[in-house]
Amino acid sequence: MDEARISRRGLSPRLWLAGGWLLLALLAAIFAPLIATQDPLAQDLMLERLPPFWLDGAEPGYWLGTDSLGRDLLSRLIFGGRIAFIVAFAAASAACLIGSALGLIAGYFGGWADRIISRVVDVWMAFPPVLFAILLVAVLGTGLSSVIIAIAVIDWTRFCRVIRAEAMSQARMDYVESARIAGYGRTGIMLREVLPNVLPSVVALLSLEMGIAVIVEAILSFVNLSISTDDPTWGGIIAEGRLSIHQAWWVLVFPLATLILTVLSFSQFGEGLKTRFDPVLR
Amino acid sequence: MEPCLEIRCLSAVLPNERRVLRSVSLAVQPGEVRALVGESGAGKTMIGKAVLGVLPKSVRIVEGEMLIEGEDLGRLDAKARRTLIGARTALIPQDPLTALNPSRRIGPQMTDRLVRILGWSGEKADKRIRQLLDEVQIREPERVLKCYPHELSGGMRQRVLIAAAFAAEPRLIVADEPTTALDVTVQKQILRLIAQLQRDHGTAILFVTHDLGVVAKISQKVSVLYAGKVVEEAQTADLFASPQHPYTRALIAATPRYTDPYASLKPVDETVLAGLADEIAAADRAWRPSHG
Ligand SMILES: Nc1ncnc2c1ncn2[C@@H]1O[C@H](COP(=O)(O)OP(=O)(O)OP(=O)(O)O)[C@@H](O)[C@H]1O
Ligand SMILES: [Mg+2]
Repeated sequence: MDEARISRRGLSPRLWLAGGWLLLALLAAIFAPLIATQDPLAQDLMLERLPPFWLDGAEPGYWLGTDSLGRDLLSRLIFGGRIAFIVAFAAASAACLIGSALGLIAGYFGGWADRIISRVVDVWMAFPPVLFAILLVAVLGTGLSSVIIAIAVIDWTRFCRVIRAEAMSQARMDYVESARIAGYGRTGIMLREVLPNVLPSVVALLSLEMGIAVIVEAILSFVNLSISTDDPTWGGIIAEGRLSIHQAWWVLVFPLATLILTVLSFSQFGEGLKTRFDPVLR
Repeated sequence: MEPCLEIRCLSAVLPNERRVLRSVSLAVQPGEVRALVGESGAGKTMIGKAVLGVLPKSVRIVEGEMLIEGEDLGRLDAKARRTLIGARTALIPQDPLTALNPSRRIGPQMTDRLVRILGWSGEKADKRIRQLLDEVQIREPERVLKCYPHELSGGMRQRVLIAAAFAAEPRLIVADEPTTALDVTVQKQILRLIAQLQRDHGTAILFVTHDLGVVAKISQKVSVLYAGKVVEEAQTADLFASPQHPYTRALIAATPRYTDPYASLKPVDETVLAGLADEIAAADRAWRPSHG
């Protein structure tokens, strides 16, 4: 039993691989100006479509090659990571806060609160999310904050549904009843007794949602609805890469790989954290 | 002497107006154990929940009074009722796993109530909990206090819950089948423990069970419940010596004895059940809900 415990607590490869990649990507994004070898916006037609470093014709300092305008791909990916992470953290936290709070209230209190919140969620989920996002950004206007708001406004329902169900099953547990008998108030029970038990799910969903936010931001960039400035974004780079896939495959493949790896890491990291912090699974 | 708990003519209905409690009356004197016995679905848990103020939303009390040490719960506002119930009663639940919060360690979970609800100092609460853990014969209190509930065995969890129930010196404890979820070997120890603490602390207990063997061991008085109706009540010794109601007789006959554990496992007789059905129907006909 002790061995199983150690391997789960200390050495879960899933947690460490995913966490490692996220940490690396995050640090790169934070220290982008120090790490990036080139100015991500600098165009140089002499250097266009340089291949990555292991192929013939590569130039030192342009590790992953350049795009059709001669901009350094790695530097653009690193700077694009900044926007990806800002959107991931801000949008996912906002969605998490709204959704979890409403889900907790609906699930724990039931009755009218639950009926109203659940109805709203049902209506919300009837909209196709990507279309909804595009529509919202079109209305709000492009820009970082619009993207964040759009994602939060669309995706809070994911938290709400899951946390409602969990809070509901916790609320039926005898320990909640015992707390009632002891004389605790309802709000106190919700926050002190029920919330800690749904927290592992909140954390897992939060991480998953960060991944989803990264994808949605990429999609919006891809259709040119995200950040209006010239700042590189992963979705934007993918869109450009798609156009030159036959001449320079790397401009498409590297950002795609980065995106997929990041999204996957977020979801795996969340699951790993959940297993680790869930007192019963642990 | 004023009863510790008195229930007078309590009726409760489901949304479809079916009665789950049929004019139940019973009293528990201070320091006494009253067993509430009946088969599954008789409404034993319902009575306990009614007393503790945690009836499911779908169950509505339509008549009757409940008094804890002479104070009529119906006359108190919700907040005063909660305070009274919190201060004078406690529950020993059936399932010791779900009755403990899985994400909190045993120690804080136990002291929390004393500190937050009763306003004790942390130190006093801590001392009290240790004393109670000693009384329920937990030998490594340090370790147990640091454990999460799922790290303890069922028997240990139930000991913890018994300690928690007695910690605040309630006047009345509702014990809802506190041994049903446990291993047979552990059941006896837990039962003995509850009896021991009950005597030491002089706490009144409403002891819910479907096991007449347990009734005989632990209680002084007993109420027999069938379909939400008290069909017989008596001193425990008298009930076994001379059961009055046919249903009680059938129950006693159906209880396996150690001498011949297999021979006596007979179901309750058809005619007894038919008689009960008539009795219940008559009671329902005679019943005029006071709410109109
Ligand atoms: N939440 C509920 N809503 C509506 N009816 C309920 C609810 N819980 C129980 N009942 C009904 O109330 C009646 C009494 O149930 P109760 O749980 O009090 O029985 P019990 O005597 O405790 O049985 P057991 O020995 O199985 O615990 C049963 O007929 C049951 O179907
Ligand atoms: Mg029951």
